[in-house]
Amino acid sequence: MGAAFDEMFGHGGYPERVDPQAVRPAYAQVAAWLAASSQELLETRRRQAELFFRRIGITFAVYGDPDADERLIPFDIIPRIISAEEWAVVEEGLKQRVAALNAFCADVYGAREILRAGVLPEDLVFANPQFCLHQLGFRPAGGVWVHIAGIDLVRTGPGEFLVLEDNARTPSGVSYMLENREVMLRLVPELITGETDEGGVRPVETYPEQLYATLRSVAPPGCRGEPTVALLTPGLHNSAYYEHSFLADKMGVELVEGSDLFVHDDVLYMRTTAGPARVDVLYRRVDDAFLDPLVFRPDSLLGIPGLVRACHAGNLTLANAIGTGIADDKAIYSYMPEIVRFYTGRDPILPNVPTWRCREPEALAEVLDRLPELVVKEVDGSGGYGMLVGPHATAAEVEAFRAKLRADPAKFIAQPTLALSTCPTLTDAGIAPRHVDLRPFILTGAHGVTVIPGGLTRVAMREGSLVVNSSQGGGTKDTWVLGPGTDARASS
Amino acid sequence: MLSRNAANLYWLGRYVERADYLCRLLDATIRLAALPATHGGAGTAWEAAILSASAAEAFASTGRRMTDTEVSRFLAVDPANPSSIRCCLERARTNARALRTALTAETWEAINAAWLEVQRFGTSVGETLTLMRLVETVKQSLLAFDGAAHRNQLREPTYWFMRLGTSIERADNTARLLDQKYHILLPRTEPVGGSLDYFQWTTILRTVSALTAYRWVYRDAVKPWLVADLLILRKAMPRSLAACYEDAVFYLDRLALDRGRQGPANRLAVAGLKRLEAETIDTLFQRGLHEFLLQFIADNNALGDAIAEQHLF
Repeated sequence: MGAAFDEMFGHGGYPERVDPQAVRPAYAQVAAWLAASSQELLETRRRQAELFFRRIGITFAVYGDPDADERLIPFDIIPRIISAEEWAVVEEGLKQRVAALNAFCADVYGAREILRAGVLPEDLVFANPQFCLHQLGFRPAGGVWVHIAGIDLVRTGPGEFLVLEDNARTPSGVSYMLENREVMLRLVPELITGETDEGGVRPVETYPEQLYATLRSVAPPGCRGEPTVALLTPGLHNSAYYEHSFLADKMGVELVEGSDLFVHDDVLYMRTTAGPARVDVLYRRVDDAFLDPLVFRPDSLLGIPGLVRACHAGNLTLANAIGTGIADDKAIYSYMPEIVRFYTGRDPILPNVPTWRCREPEALAEVLDRLPELVVKEVDGSGGYGMLVGPHATAAEVEAFRAKLRADPAKFIAQPTLALSTCPTLTDAGIAPRHVDLRPFILTGAHGVTVIPGGLTRVAMREGSLVVNSSQGGGTKDTWVLGPGTDARASS
Repeated sequence: MLSRNAANLYWLGRYVERADYLCRLLDATIRLAALPATHGGAGTAWEAAILSASAAEAFASTGRRMTDTEVSRFLAVDPANPSSIRCCLERARTNARALRTALTAETWEAINAAWLEVQRFGTSVGETLTLMRLVETVKQSLLAFDGAAHRNQLREPTYWFMRLGTSIERADNTARLLDQKYHILLPRTEPVGGSLDYFQWTTILRTVSALTAYRWVYRDAVKPWLVADLLILRKAMPRSLAACYEDAVFYLDRLALDRGRQGPANRLAVAGLKRLEAETIDTLFQRGLHEFLLQFIADNNALGDAIAEQHLF
């Protein structure tokens, strides 16, 4: 693996001192700021940011680590910047991708044209644990299945953005995108409000309003008058609870738990001090399996009996719809280029990372052969758990994984270890390159698709590490999408 | 409003008020303990503090000795005492966190800051100076919480439920404090004892931050029946039972207007207030202060239950 592309310096390598003249144009202003700031001043800014985050109680519980119940997620104060031209391509690519995800859901639960056309093997859909039989023939309001998507992108060169993963179930992280910007506005307001030849920083703060508009646009047919929206959370102990409460607050909707809800005559109600109140659209941040014990797990305490019936009766819209896991499944992922072509008639604007499907014998053989250099993931894993990063694993770990792979190859996919782009990051030893990815957020309502100009940049804080998941010690950065100054000013 | 949120807000109000009461109790006890034992100070002051916190049984079950360090640790920071300041703030914050959406950012930040502050002190307070600093810090944070709520919260059920919790808890604290001391609160017909009692009375007043208020209201030396009068019947005194019930009636009325009907809790609160308004301190002493306070505490609990039932907690 050669030297990675750097977001600020390109392929030029890291200089002793930051020279504002020698960086990629989008970074000129930030480079000037870095050049003019001592390490001490940057450290002070970082501490201020930390204090701010701690005070507002941004917390991120790490599973299986009781002491870290409210550990703070690291924040790096050097922003990640994307130029207007770069973003134009990414935005088109994301719209295309999400349109394909929605079309795919509608199709596999409907006419199944893609299976009849033989684009992907039937058993990959029908035998997939994510495929939800209860949704066969279901037609959600506005035809939308994936209302909120987070598409994980990685970058390997100047114009090379690749899709690493689709998140079409309950993607999280948007609150970090919003809070990171708030913190940067407090720390370095002059950098964000400043105008350069590259344009201004496009605002992201309208996200909650756009989300609310999206949710209202997909009110079910049974809704009379203004739709009532609520946000369903698994509760206080969920790692993303802060985000759930944050979004509910910004949208001005109730944050509900399973115990606050009940279904009567196929209509969903919440328990209020004034008696039952009808809910029309539920933005649920609870996994499918815990939504309705009548349909999924009878042992779930989180679920609401009858919820699925309420949807099918046309009295409730769930966002995202049940069953969208079939679209972002890692086994399906490798077919996404074909899926995009099938539904949009065009080549994917954002390519996939090349992927071996270990279920295929030839692929498995190659993967086993090259295991120490590959990244291997469980098809139904998430959060960076249960994966092997070959180059960073010990020989024993590789062998242990080899055994797992042999035992159940269909559970795994493999990818080359990519030279993820790096971004300058403040470390104890000064400014140094750290690998980053990007999760932009895409909203789909009855009236179209909106891509938020920004997203969550996750950064692997450890030197050389490629794992950016916050549950594995990753941090975040503010993400600046530049645009024409007028645009940014008008809507900020 | 979600019933769960209403319950959380109500209890948030109660826990914050309890933490504040404990701070003031510790504050007053530190002063009292500085006096010689013949004046009710030294060790007996801490014994009295445990009683005034209604925590005698809980403390006894720890098997620890009744020393100033042990008692102050137990009341201030003991994670094993569910009514310690630390635990009250912990639960207040958990409740607040569960309803982040109902609180303004500043109100949440204030309770979160109070919790962070008390965490810094760990689970033992050591010397008196540390304890005083803890008490002062928590008091300041809770004032910030109240201020943020008062200045910024929308005047809607969110605010009213929280304030209602405050009123009910306050009434409970004041009544229990008085009941622990009823034997030294004497009617004006009884001969008043020596200086020992004087310090007991002023400690009661300090515990509810009312010593200066007493002087303003009565312009008289500290006399036990007037202490009782101030803390039970004077509406101008914000921690008096009458003032607490006036508040409770007010917030219950607001909630009733909002939902369009009154309920059993409204009627209980109004009846309670009427009873207090009909009393004078003399009639109260005639019937027996202890009996009156026991009945009040029971009625106040019943009102708490009625509030929960009426709003489908």
